[in-house]
Amino acid sequence: MSENKKWYSLDLGLNKKKGSSGSCGCGKAEGGCNSHKEELSAEEFYEAAINASIGEERHKDGFEQVFDVKMDRRTAFKKLTASLLIGAGAVSTSCSLTTSGDAKEKAQIDWEEQFKGNYKLMTDDEKKKTVDRLMRSYELRTGKNISMTAENAAEDVLFGYAFNISKCQGYMDCVSACVAENNQDRNSEMQYIRIHEMKDGEGFKFDKADDNYYHEVPAEGHFYMGTQCFHCDDPPCVDVCPVQATWKEEDGLVVIDYDWCIGCRYCMAACPYDGRRFNWSKPEVPENEVNKNQHYLGNRMRKKGVMEKCTFCVQRTRKGKNPACVEACPTGARIFGNLLDPNSSIRWVLENKKVFRLKEDLGTEPKFWYFMD
Amino acid sequence: MGQFKVLKSLVVDSLDTITKGSLKYHLWMGFLTIVILIGMYCYSIQLDEGLSVTGMNDRVSWGLYISNFTFLVGVAAAAVMLVMPTYILKDIDFKQAVLIGEGLAVAALIMCIAFVIADMGGPAVLWHMIPGIGVFNFPNSMLAWDVIVLNVYLFINISIPFYILFRHYQGKEAKKNVYLPGAILSVFWAVAIHLVTAFLYQGLQARPFWNNALLGPRFLASAFAAGPALIILVLAIIKRFTEFKVEEKTIKKIAMIVTVAAQINLIMLISELFKEFYAPTHHSESAYYLFFGLHGKTALLPWIWTAITLNVIATAMLTFNKLRNNLNVLYLCCIMLFVAIWIEKGFGLIVPGFIPGPYGKIVEYLPTGIEVGVTLGIWALGAFIFTILAKTAIGIELGKLRYKRK
Ligand code: SF4
Ligand code: SF4
Repeated sequence: MSENKKWYSLDLGLNKKKGSSGSCGCGKAEGGCNSHKEELSAEEFYEAAINASIGEERHKDGFEQVFDVKMDRRTAFKKLTASLLIGAGAVSTSCSLTTSGDAKEKAQIDWEEQFKGNYKLMTDDEKKKTVDRLMRSYELRTGKNISMTAENAAEDVLFGYAFNISKCQGYMDCVSACVAENNQDRNSEMQYIRIHEMKDGEGFKFDKADDNYYHEVPAEGHFYMGTQCFHCDDPPCVDVCPVQATWKEEDGLVVIDYDWCIGCRYCMAACPYDGRRFNWSKPEVPENEVNKNQHYLGNRMRKKGVMEKCTFCVQRTRKGKNPACVEACPTGARIFGNLLDPNSSIRWVLENKKVFRLKEDLGTEPKFWYFMD
Repeated sequence: MGQFKVLKSLVVDSLDTITKGSLKYHLWMGFLTIVILIGMYCYSIQLDEGLSVTGMNDRVSWGLYISNFTFLVGVAAAAVMLVMPTYILKDIDFKQAVLIGEGLAVAALIMCIAFVIADMGGPAVLWHMIPGIGVFNFPNSMLAWDVIVLNVYLFINISIPFYILFRHYQGKEAKKNVYLPGAILSVFWAVAIHLVTAFLYQGLQARPFWNNALLGPRFLASAFAAGPALIILVLAIIKRFTEFKVEEKTIKKIAMIVTVAAQINLIMLISELFKEFYAPTHHSESAYYLFFGLHGKTALLPWIWTAITLNVIATAMLTFNKLRNNLNVLYLCCIMLFVAIWIEKGFGLIVPGFIPGPYGKIVEYLPTGIEVGVTLGIWALGAFIFTILAKTAIGIELGKLRYKRK
């Protein structure tokens, strides 16, 4: 926010100052911006005030360390009380001596998972531990191996997306690819992407569009437009979450820690783009259809009662691949890339096409543009 | 240690009072217990299968639970309308009413918390929200504010009456300089819980129906009508079934508060309707849906028009002194107002916020039986808690419950 604008606007990094933006009020999100004590912003001031008053405790917030950590008596007591209150069931299994080795390990993992902290505040080491636990737990439960990573955002990357309205023919290959890639619940037929079929000559009439069609495409006299989470640069969904279970990563992805989400659905009410999906019942994916290349913040298995949404396929894009929808699109309507790289195709689109975004008046600064040939 | 002894004896004595009573009392409590049990059974189904057993879905993601929560925050805040004159303006008439009012606030707050928990997808990780051991998104999330503000309000409303009753129990007068600061604080706090709850919705640019500067003030006005209306009804019942003396003067004074608040509420309603329908924009669609239906979808019409009719008739009747001063008419008006505002500030406010959805899709919402069961269970829980509190308080105030030094 270099100029004195009254509202937030997207900074494409052309005059990016390191470390001044980003959602890490915590002071230790990605890359540990632990100690920049000069020039306190309002948020930092608040932080400093808290540190001054409760100090040490604050850094141990959210049970971010699990049980093999040295604890003073006070923390231990706090954990114990909370555990007794909440985890009575888990206690009985994990403490029982008669259960077999595997079952005991499983109970131990469940226990540690129940009381681990918020991923956003974890150190890389803690991230690795929880990922290892999740992989081991999957192995114990199904006898199969998955690979899960906790890859952090790369430097100088800001992901963006562009959608060519002229090209899209409504095939919905992106939708199926997305469902398969991201292990979405098959029972409720959850889909992150919606393709809206609109009538030629009427303009963008979303309310008259059909986003649930079952006929041959492209239908005569219609055009198509896709929506999904737009990864807003000033995301209202992140502000409203009471427990910081959802946040914006350094590379611009808006992600959710499925294990930290309490399922209040406030973010869903706050999203102006219908970007979020909730697990109303236990999500199920047939074992042979599970995508085993997972990321903690992306397509790993969810449970019931938590929020999820498009992550721009964090498990693929942080490895330098395109999201599944981009790869699956037969028409080339979908373009994805690094906004900070002047040679990327997304930058070419932004610079050479007449692009627009939806509901720009709301000030959310989506990183998802539409354009026409 | 003397205080502990008194406390112990108070607990024993109040347990004694709440387990004894007339046949009617036992029937009432038995009835509430059954409803609570049914509610718990419904909730266990919900826990087991997930929120899919409710009528909510990705398009209408809040329903009956959050509606009731919103309404009850208003009821809780209304206790303040009685606190203010009693403690601060030294208006003696209110003194007895106020203990009842604060008891009502406590019950309403507990119901609020129960509704929020019932609405959560993951009640097992509720501790993520506890400040200190969880991670709180404090200045940013209005829900975080709401959690703090509601819990502090609950604390205030438990501690003040407790202190007063505790002193009276020992046959001593309550010291004014002890409870007065708390009482003044609770006055401001009641306004705060209400505004913060309104801001919860008001701050969402995604939902034009809520993103409206009048939401907060209208919340206050309607709460100060519905809350005291409920208090009048409760006082009427207490007057009928116990020896607790509630003077007619008190009830009439509270009726005055109800009337003024209902009138202001109506004025704001008119202002809102004018804005939505004089120059309708895309943002007025939710209001169209609510009042006239949209594209043939009319689920809320009967509800909202019942509410408006009741509201207008009750307010009009209350406006005439003659009618208001007739107690039976007053009680009727209070019932009408209470129901009207429950509809209006409940799902008449929450559901249209989601309809039409962000891209204009209309999916209607109807609560399922399980949802209704849980809701009734929580209401019964509130009534149960209130009955216990009121019975103890009345026992102490009547002098039946006294600490005996042995
Ligand atoms: S589109 Fe919705 S869910 Fe996605 S970042 Fe924006 S507000 Fe959040
Ligand atoms: S549903 Fe989960 S992610 Fe969304 S606001 Fe609630 S806790 Fe946060």
